[in-house]
Amino acid sequence: MIWLLLLLLVSPAQAQPRSGYLDAGPDSRAMQDDDTANPAFLWVEQGKVLWGSLGCGGCHGDVATMRGVAARYPKYDAVLGRPVSLARRIATHRAVPDSEDMLALLAVIGLQSRGLPLAIDISGPARPSYEAGKALFHRRQGQLNLACANCHDDLAGRHLGGAVIPEGHPNGYPIYRLEWQALGSLERRLRQCVVGVRAVPWADGSRELADLEFFLGARAAGLVVETPAVRP
Amino acid sequence: MARTLINVKKTLTRGEAFEIRLLIAHPMESGQRRDSNGQVIARDIINRFSCTYNDMLVLEATLFPAISANPYLSFWAVATETGSIVMTWTDDHGTVQTERVEVTVSA
Ligand code: HEC
Ligand code: HEC
Repeated sequence: MIWLLLLLLVSPAQAQPRSGYLDAGPDSRAMQDDDTANPAFLWVEQGKVLWGSLGCGGCHGDVATMRGVAARYPKYDAVLGRPVSLARRIATHRAVPDSEDMLALLAVIGLQSRGLPLAIDISGPARPSYEAGKALFHRRQGQLNLACANCHDDLAGRHLGGAVIPEGHPNGYPIYRLEWQALGSLERRLRQCVVGVRAVPWADGSRELADLEFFLGARAAGLVVETPAVRP
Repeated sequence: MARTLINVKKTLTRGEAFEIRLLIAHPMESGQRRDSNGQVIARDIINRFSCTYNDMLVLEATLFPAISANPYLSFWAVATETGSIVMTWTDDHGTVQTERVEVTVSA
């Protein structure tokens, strides 16, 4: 009760982003709250094994040294002149055999930052990428002619079929999705949204996707990392 | 993928009820789905599960389709003696997997 009053008193004029956790339903939330019931931890365990077997630990030491890293990604790379996702950052300096292994690494690295606020730096030379991502977020596309913003800004909290439309934040990825019965990446989630409006998804590794994900990260500022989250 | 996550409190007092929790990586293919060519995907589920505590049966279960992939199992036992908890399961391919957890019980 006191908390509620405090929240009411301090709630800022500018809206605080709302984590998709709150819209996921009580069953998914209960799974996410209990690491022993969250199937994503099967991938976390695999990630720990890979951290050793792929030699990551040889240079980086314990995986705990990755605390804070996932909260800063996607990160603008001044040399490449574009934002890079955490997956790309890993893949550019170390070969990772397949996408399941990459998911496992993202899960265990993301977990190290759990509870830390997202801290995407969009200052200086990164700004144009943020603006490009923002423009994509507001651009209508596909046969249904809908922009991300139409659903995730304008209609967030309303229903689409059986699902509550969340604000569309990336802070829990990779997620264990019950519908997929597997851990899946942010890119997989975005593909579903894009196909949902009957548009052609951006290619993995494309500049558009990099800018859009960069914008999504910055748009979620104020939320904490929840990796690996659970969704219905 | 790591095949199993088992959570059991390992130091117990005699008479204490304790929970045994498992997450098992398994596709639990129901046998009712079709692949993109329309072919039925063969059923592959964990069909038997059992757990013993110092060779005493704690739980034996027959599992059926319509259980999600990567199933979560949880059940309780009562601490009696120091010893081992052994969990064994079998799937439709006949693959048998056994996991063991040692627990220490004090008076
Ligand atoms: C027609 C409405 C609609 C549009 C347009 C749409 N989405 Fe979504 N999006 C959804 C719904 C509904 C969900 C949640 C689905 C569920 O839980 O089953 C979702 C989920 C998400 C999530 C996951 C949020 C979480 O908490 O896990 C992200 C991120 C996201 N969308 C981003 C986008 C982006 C970026 C675009 C534009 C390219 C977009 N979406 C377009 C409806 C939409
Ligand atoms: C040969 C040594 C070496 C190996 C092996 C190695 N890394 Fe790196 N890694 C580096 C160096 C050097 C950097 C750059 C450090 C920096 O930017 O502060 C780096 C940076 C990173 C970053 C970005 C950190 C940040 O703060 O932005 C991640 C994530 C990462 N490595 C993950 C991995 C993973 C996962 C593996 C195993 C698949 C791995 N690394 C294997 C040397 C290595």
